[in-house]
Amino acid sequence: MIFSSAEAVRRSPGVLTILGPKWRSLRARVRVERSGAGGRVLLLVLLGGGFWTAVFGAAYRVLKYFKGVEEIGPLLAGKLLAVALLSFAAILLLSNLVTALSTFFLAKDLDMLVSAPVDWIYFYLAKLGETLVHSSWMVMLMVVPILTAYGVVFGGGPLFPLVALVTLLPYFLLPTVVGSVLTLVLVNVFPARRARDILSLVALAAAGGLVLMLRLLQPEQLARPEGFRNLLDFIAVLRAPSHPLLPSEWAASALMNWLLRVRDPLPLLLLWSTAGAFIVMGASMHRRLFAPGFTKSQEGANAVGNRAAWQRAAARLLAWLPVTRREFILKDLRVFFRDATQWSQLILLAVLLIVYVFNIRALPLYTGERVPVVLVTLVVFLNQGLGGFVLSAIAARFIFPSVSLEGRQLWLLKSSPLDLRAMLWSKYWVGTLPLLVLALGIGVVTNRILQAPPFMMLLTIITTVCYTLAVGALALGLGVLFPQFETENAAQIPTSFGGLVFMMAAVSLLTLIIVVEAIPVAEQLRTWQENGAQGAPASLFFTVVAVFSICAIATIVPLNLGLKRLTALDV
Amino acid sequence: MIELEDLTKRYGKFTAVDGINLTIPRGELYGLLGPNGAGKTTTMRMIAGILQPTSGTIRIAGINLRTRPLEAKSRLGFIPDRPYVYEKLTGAEFLRFVSGLYGQGGGEIERRIDELLELFELTPWKDELTESYSHGMRQKLIISSALVHRPEVIVVDEPMVGLDPKSARLLKDLLREFVSRGGTVLMSTHTLEIAEAMCDRIAIVVAGRIAASGTMGELRAQTSSGDATLEELFLKLTGGLAERELSDLFQR
Repeated sequence: MIFSSAEAVRRSPGVLTILGPKWRSLRARVRVERSGAGGRVLLLVLLGGGFWTAVFGAAYRVLKYFKGVEEIGPLLAGKLLAVALLSFAAILLLSNLVTALSTFFLAKDLDMLVSAPVDWIYFYLAKLGETLVHSSWMVMLMVVPILTAYGVVFGGGPLFPLVALVTLLPYFLLPTVVGSVLTLVLVNVFPARRARDILSLVALAAAGGLVLMLRLLQPEQLARPEGFRNLLDFIAVLRAPSHPLLPSEWAASALMNWLLRVRDPLPLLLLWSTAGAFIVMGASMHRRLFAPGFTKSQEGANAVGNRAAWQRAAARLLAWLPVTRREFILKDLRVFFRDATQWSQLILLAVLLIVYVFNIRALPLYTGERVPVVLVTLVVFLNQGLGGFVLSAIAARFIFPSVSLEGRQLWLLKSSPLDLRAMLWSKYWVGTLPLLVLALGIGVVTNRILQAPPFMMLLTIITTVCYTLAVGALALGLGVLFPQFETENAAQIPTSFGGLVFMMAAVSLLTLIIVVEAIPVAEQLRTWQENGAQGAPASLFFTVVAVFSICAIATIVPLNLGLKRLTALDV
Repeated sequence: MIELEDLTKRYGKFTAVDGINLTIPRGELYGLLGPNGAGKTTTMRMIAGILQPTSGTIRIAGINLRTRPLEAKSRLGFIPDRPYVYEKLTGAEFLRFVSGLYGQGGGEIERRIDELLELFELTPWKDELTESYSHGMRQKLIISSALVHRPEVIVVDEPMVGLDPKSARLLKDLLREFVSRGGTVLMSTHTLEIAEAMCDRIAIVVAGRIAASGTMGELRAQTSSGDATLEELFLKLTGGLAERELSDLFQR
């Protein structure tokens, strides 16, 4: 049957029809999760509830304190909200840039949708909605407890949730439209695969830069009023990030107007009219640029030339290994350094480490007076725990996903005479050795900054080696037990349920080690307090044996479980 | 050679492969036919060592796959129906990696890789990442990877999908040549003309069981089908759509 143009538009599937499969897939996934694993749902609810309660609690305490400050209290609360919304807007923009590329140009349903008689405006709105949800859900969840605290402290009343919804919808829409327009332009200039690499890199570098900038601004100075000459300086600092043309400022004003009973609809009008205008502009650009952009997104020839220098060097370095292991390690290295979603995480890692070392340097420990060795020991001991947590996070990012990333290629590994034990061990050492070097580096550098006594330095080195070997095995083993073979983005794997389980297991292991080590450390402190003598306590030997045993178990058991699972895995 | 004894695979209550017995000697090209969901791919993936059978025995070149998996697998080349490869490796790197998996490397393998890439006309793309390859190019790369280590047995699932006529012809010639030199091939296909023209013997799988097997003559005799074509035999064993139903479909 052939329709006229107007008839074709009338018969075109609407936004809800286009998004139908997504909604149904989500429902099906939730149903499977519910039926299959009650414990998993309970854990997620508990963790989510705990997180919300913590955010709400912190926001409530701060706002309650602000409310008590005469005259400038509401101003402070408003500024805090504006700064929070501005930070979220920056995150949303970056997230929308990357998400829009997937939903508009790389998604699996695009061939079907583009070839179907779908009117362009419905297509645009459906994809915009999809981008909005995918890129903003985390920030949306974060905003709920914060705004609840505002509503409770300032008496927002029963209509406040509705006001928040009306205010935040255009606030969330604006970065989505801007992100999708920027992506549209970028895809028209570069092929989509190259654009994805560039975007991932830009997004991560910007995020890293943001964190670094915030840290280097030394916000802890705000907690030291003596650092400011007078109240005017303090207020000037408070005013710094605000700007009358920023949508986050309008959103903050609209919400604060409601909470402070100020009748001024202008911020809300500005938000909605700007969002409307941006959607119209975005739609018209989509109409002109989507078809050429989509065509271009099908391109993707990427020549890498003959073997690069680093590959030749790596091949020479690994020449002593049997050919199977050597080629396997080389393959892992090539895939890692050619996939921007993987290697770009090194940027975040570098930022994390700089911030960590900077934080240790910024500790007000050595400010002129003589520092008691007890305090130094305690700080070094706590630093050991913190360092362990950082190591766990790095293992979650780089070692946990390594088996999942084999994904659809597992058919090749399982049908070849590759010994799965050898494969697992190869992945273990490739991930754990760099982690060990890094861990020892952080431990020694931060301990030197803290001027740790030799006893603590020794304990740190022993613990770091044992814990790193264990946490690498834990990450790899749990990565096999909770695989994510279907994911297309390596960065999403650590945030899966299995990633969460790994982080909890790693933190539990760390806690156990710290508790065991607390015995000789406490004994050492008592000895120093009583007679000032320096030397390792007798219990240190037993502690080292205990830590070694715990870590050996935490290394062998997950690797064995992982190997069993990998052998039995039907792919 | 390939030997299957009471090979069974169950997924929960569903039986995908139900006690298949099959022996394919050296120098034979054996075809596995059947409707979608009959259990062909599951059978092939079990032979390739990707899926573990619920019960039964698989022997490759006389070696038990369960007890001596590495030895058995080193004699086998597997070509899956969907050509998933590492997208961030180039074609040449992928073949080098697969050779490594089979414990082979060095100058001899480099020459073999060049030879295979040349044969499948992939040489101009050997240094391109496979993410930019078409479906057919990936299929050709995977076929090359199954041949790079000189296997004794080839298991190939839907080999012609995505191949251009020239490459399809090349693959047919390659498989026949491989068999004539004493190799063993187990091939599943939906293209009945290819099966009829290429295979020495054929098995038709229905609901996880072999409904009939043998040469074309033996199949006709088993189904009392006179001089029926393979298509007619296939439809008789698997049940085809009645002509009237098809005409109903397009009536309005």
